[in-house]
Formats: sequence, C-alpha cells, structure tokens
Amino acid sequence: MSNEQQIIDSNLNKEYEYGFVTDIESETIPPGLNEDVIRIISQKKDEPQWLLEWRLKAFRRWTKMKDPDWAKVKYPDIDYQSISYYSAPKKKELSSLDEVDPQLLETYNKLGIPLEEQKMLSGVAVDAVFDSVSIATTFKDELKKAGVIFCSFSEAVKDYPELVQKYLGTVVPYTDNYFATLNSAVFTDGSFVYIPKGVRCPMELSTYFRINEANTGQFERTLIIADEGSHVSYLEGCTAPMRDENQLHAAVVELVAHKDSTIKYSTVQNWYPGHPETGAGGIYNFVTKRGTCLEENSRISWTQVETGSAVTWKYPSCILKGNNSVGEFYSVAVTNNHQQADTGTKMIHLGKNTKSTIISKGISAGKGQQTYRGEVKIMKGAEQARNFSQCDSILIGSDCGAHTFPYIDVRNPTAQMEHEATTSNIGEDQLFYCNQRGISSEDAVSMIVNGFCKEVFKELPMEFAVEATKLMEVTLEGSVG
Amino acid sequence: MLNIQDLHAGVDNKEILKGLNLEIKPGEMHAVMGRNGSGKSTLSNVITGREGFHISKGNIEYKGQSIIEWSPEKRALAGLFMSFQYPVVMPGVNNTYFLKAALNAKLKHHGKQELDAAGFLKLIKEKLTEVDMDTSYLQRAVNEGFSGGEKKRNEILQMLTLEPELAILDETDSGLDIDALKIIADGVNRYRNKERSFLVITHYQRLLKYIEPDIVHVLIDGKFVKSGGKELAIELEEKGYSWLES
Repeated sequence: MSNEQQIIDSNLNKEYEYGFVTDIESETIPPGLNEDVIRIISQKKDEPQWLLEWRLKAFRRWTKMKDPDWAKVKYPDIDYQSISYYSAPKKKELSSLDEVDPQLLETYNKLGIPLEEQKMLSGVAVDAVFDSVSIATTFKDELKKAGVIFCSFSEAVKDYPELVQKYLGTVVPYTDNYFATLNSAVFTDGSFVYIPKGVRCPMELSTYFRINEANTGQFERTLIIADEGSHVSYLEGCTAPMRDENQLHAAVVELVAHKDSTIKYSTVQNWYPGHPETGAGGIYNFVTKRGTCLEENSRISWTQVETGSAVTWKYPSCILKGNNSVGEFYSVAVTNNHQQADTGTKMIHLGKNTKSTIISKGISAGKGQQTYRGEVKIMKGAEQARNFSQCDSILIGSDCGAHTFPYIDVRNPTAQMEHEATTSNIGEDQLFYCNQRGISSEDAVSMIVNGFCKEVFKELPMEFAVEATKLMEVTLEGSVG
Repeated sequence: MLNIQDLHAGVDNKEILKGLNLEIKPGEMHAVMGRNGSGKSTLSNVITGREGFHISKGNIEYKGQSIIEWSPEKRALAGLFMSFQYPVVMPGVNNTYFLKAALNAKLKHHGKQELDAAGFLKLIKEKLTEVDMDTSYLQRAVNEGFSGGEKKRNEILQMLTLEPELAILDETDSGLDIDALKIIADGVNRYRNKERSFLVITHYQRLLKYIEPDIVHVLIDGKFVKSGGKELAIELEEKGYSWLES
C-alpha cells in the first residue's frame, strides 16, 4: 500500500466539526406538502394575496414536474411528503442582539462567527438565518443611512412589496426547474438586498445559514438588486449540525444588476457531508443561483467554495443581456469520502461585447465524485462576445473521480472562445519533495491544494479567504492531509 | 555521521546496489562518481527514504542510529538534506510559504521557537544574497517557471536556510553554466565546516574543480570499485570509467 494511500485511509474518519444540534423550542408544522400547507406558510407570514397565488401556481406546476436525472449524482428518491415545510424558533421579532436566545448565540460561537464580535470588529452586517426565520439583523441603521435595504425576505415582502413583486421570479421564474419550482411554492425566508442608484454598499453583506430542525427542508430565497451605478459584495456561508436522515436544501438566489452596477456574490459552503464511511445523513444541496446583467456595463461575479454536502447540484449562472456586461464564475469544489458534486456555471451572452470568465478548480479525494458541467452560449446578437474557461481537477488517491462536461454553443461568428482543462494527481514527487524538506504529507497536501486553488481564493473577500483556507485543511485532513 | 554497511537495494525486485559500504565522518566531503545506470540516484533515494526503493540487505546508520525504517520527513528533520537532481515544481505554492513551513517544521521538531513572518523574511533575504538571487523569488511559486540554474540555486538556498548536517548534492552540476556553477560552489564552500558533511553525486568531475572532495568513490554496477583522494576524479576525467570495469 502506498504511503499516500495510508494517509488517506488513516484520516478518512475525521469527524465533522460542526456536528451539534441546538436545543431550542421550535414551532413546526407537521410533515406533508399540499395546497393547504402552502396556504399555512403564506398565512403565518402574513403575505399578500399575489404572493400566495404565485406560490400556488408554482406548486401546481411542480406536481407535474420530475426530478432532473441528467446530473452525474446518485441519491435515493426523496419523499417530499415526509418533510416539514415550516419551522421557526418560537422567540422572534427581536430588536437587538441582546434579545437573541443565548443558546443560539452560543451556536454561532461554536461556528466561529460570534455576531457580537463581528458587529464590533469586522464591520460586516449579519442577517443570521436560523432555520427558516431571520433572528437578528445588525448594522441595519448604518445601512439605512446609505439607503441600502438589507433584510429578511419576509420583512421585504411586508415593507417593500412593490420591489419584491417587481423582481421576484424575473431571473429564476417559478417554472424554471424542479427544485426552483418547489422553492417558489414553499420558501419560508431568505435575504433581500436593494442597493439604490449610485451607492457603493459601505460594508460586505453577510448571511449565515444554518439548518437546525430535524427533518425540515430548507427553502431559502434570496433576491439582490443593484440599481444603476451601485456596487455590492455579498457573502453567504453555511454549516449544518449532524443528522442521521438526509436533509434537503433547495435554495434560489436571484441577482439583478442594472446599468453600470456590480454584484459580487461569494459562498463558502460547509454543510454536513454525510458519514465518512457510508455517506449517510449528509445534506442534499440542490440550488438554483442566477444573475442577470440587465443593462450595459453591469457585472456579476460568483465565487464559491464548496466543501460540504453529500450531494451538490449547483450552477450559478449569468445572463449577459446588457452590452459590455461581464459575468464571472470562480469555483473551488471539494468532494471527499462519499460526497458527490455536479457543479459549474452557465454564461448566456445576449448583449454586444459581453465577456465571461470561468475558473473552476475541482478536488476529489476518498471516494468523492465530481463533475464540472458548464455551458457557454453566444447568442446571435452577441457581437464580439468573449469567454475564457479554465477547468482544472486534482485527484487525491485512486478511488475518486473527476469529470468535465463543457458545453459550448456559439451562434455568432465574431465570438472568441478559449477553453483550458487539466486533470492531475498530487504527485508522489511533490509529496517526497516536501517530505525531504521535513514537511509532513498532510501539510504538503494542504499546501499543494491551496496553491491549486489560489486563483479562486484571491477572489474571495478577506474574511472568507481565511475561512476557506482553513476549511480546505479541515475537509482534506479528512482524506489526505 | 553516515555509515552504510553492505547495502543491497533496488526498485521492483531489481537489485541495483549490490553490497555498498560508505563511511562519512563529520566535516568530510565525499564524492560519488559513476556513469548513468551505475546506481547513483538509487543511492541518494535510499538514503533519503524515498518510497518505492527497497533495502534487501545491509544497514544505513545516521549519527549512530539505523534510519532504514524512518520516514523521509523524520530523516529530513534529523538533519539530512538532498539537493534534487530534478527539483519539483509546486504550482501556486509560494517559495516563502514553502520554505518557512519547512524551516518551522524543523525548529519545532527540535523544540525551538518558530519564526514569524518578519523574522523569516529577514533571514531569507540574507540567504538570497548568498546564492545571488533577488527578492522577486519570494513572490514566485516553488520552481515554477524557474530556469535550470535557478532551480539548482533554489536547492542550495534551501540547504543554507534549513542548515542540514548531512547534505546530498545529487547531480547539482547538471545543466548549469559556469557562472551558476561557481555561485553554487561558493555557497556550498562557505557552508562547509568541521561538523557538516556532504555527499556529492556526480557524473563529471566539473563540479569537483570548485568543490574539493576529501574522498572520491567510483560506483560501477552498484558497488564502489575504487576510492581515493581528489586526484582520482581527475584521473577519471582523463581515462574514463572503462579501465575500472572488470
């Protein structure tokens, strides 16, 4: 048995650090999904009639749809009737952090994201979503001064119904796909951001998601609108406690960028990946993320670091409608043990001189299976469109796999396309070189992997870059070192 | 320092070293010369503990302890260093980060205070001038885009920084022009002292003009067939190896 293999085997049992459950009384409706459940959700949230109708249309549509089966992932059929579609911690409507359940704050402390500390030190406003209802939103006042709206989705429905109605479903329509349609029917909360004309958001906006309630599906909905000439950077990070039964997460994120605006959306995802040896109990992460560069000179940038979940199905995409608009996708995905990921992006070029960049770094270890699936589409009117794609995979050990499916569809002869792809192993020579300098194999692998991911990590905001590097170490300590 | 007794070793059941004996005392510079295929690189790989090389008989002692069961990093931490014939590229891994990690691993192993970023930077800047490299090195990835000469200078820089007690220079002269060769030889010569030992493995005696060995061994078919002073290297240069082959 090779040295590398021994290290992999001896470390495969690394426990999920964030596997704990917070004991808070929750208000949960019984499992099951039908029109009545949707009416209850809408009623509990005191929603306007149009939104209930939108949900119902989505639900009726969904009942006629089928699970997508084209992704290179395997998981048992999900029993949607066994999921509870609404769960909220009982104490709510808090005006300050002091009123937040101390146990909940402790949970955040365990995750290394104490709100208080963030409030004081990092200047990051936090909209903490615990299960389905937002608990605490900080920095609201300061953002208000700048005219920025950053609140939970439910609040936005109450306070800014015209904005929500104008934009909801314009990027990801309720008919879009199986999981997005399900989300449209049953979403409970999420985040809402509006940056007014000419405003540069004074701080990074951040939401930490956390799935807590056993047997509760998590259906978040996020809508971010950048008005003309504005700029916003949004951070999303997730960890989930350990569970025996699988947990479904089907979120929808919609981004709308108006003229001359920029939206930067960064994700660090660290959900429970399942039991290291059997893969049991991990999160199913079936997410629809899409942004539209609606008008000229707008820019949308997705950066993701995906280290968790048992099954990931996720393609943050950009529709480049405005002339001279720019779409970017920077991704690091890690699959270890029994994790499966089918992830990538879509860049749809509609406007003239539109430009897109795709940098995807995949790391597979243990029995992990990973697929990059990307589509670049240059439509007829997209004169002088340009795309650069780079998809690199690294394999650690001999039981994992990496697959690349780049689809390219060019309908305008002036397009310039570049595609580069590599697959490599962590070489015995690299490990030996490090060992000969006194560096352990574990540290060597972490060093090599971080070097491999550098192009993506440098796109992350500072706070996340540190977390991402640490996460990679934790994730791969599990598998190679 | 190093004591090799009746060493039989090889790869994939093929015996390459066939009963090799070598004793290097503290402060000595030994040179091993031989043709391609004589077992030179097997010798360096076996001493440093590379995976895939098997010892079927004999022993290797380093500072009085048998090291044949030791991992490569344990040997390295104990003061054994090899300048690679083909230094490995580590894409995206910064030189500063790499070398600091290596140095701190060693300091930690010996129960010493690890260096912080500022302390390391000060140290590395001094060492860089010794091998005539500029500070742009600090921003580059390990051996990525390095010329042949730069790679070898990087090996010597790492040696000077990690301060090993026994350094194996494996074909360090290959692919070097005369200026780079002199820089490297100067670095090695300055590093020589009464406690530090070297094993220089080379095909030609070119490097030995600049780094004078105390003892030269001729390796043919996995055994030392002749050992002598530095003049043996010159003799080999003139006569070739065939007169020593039986």
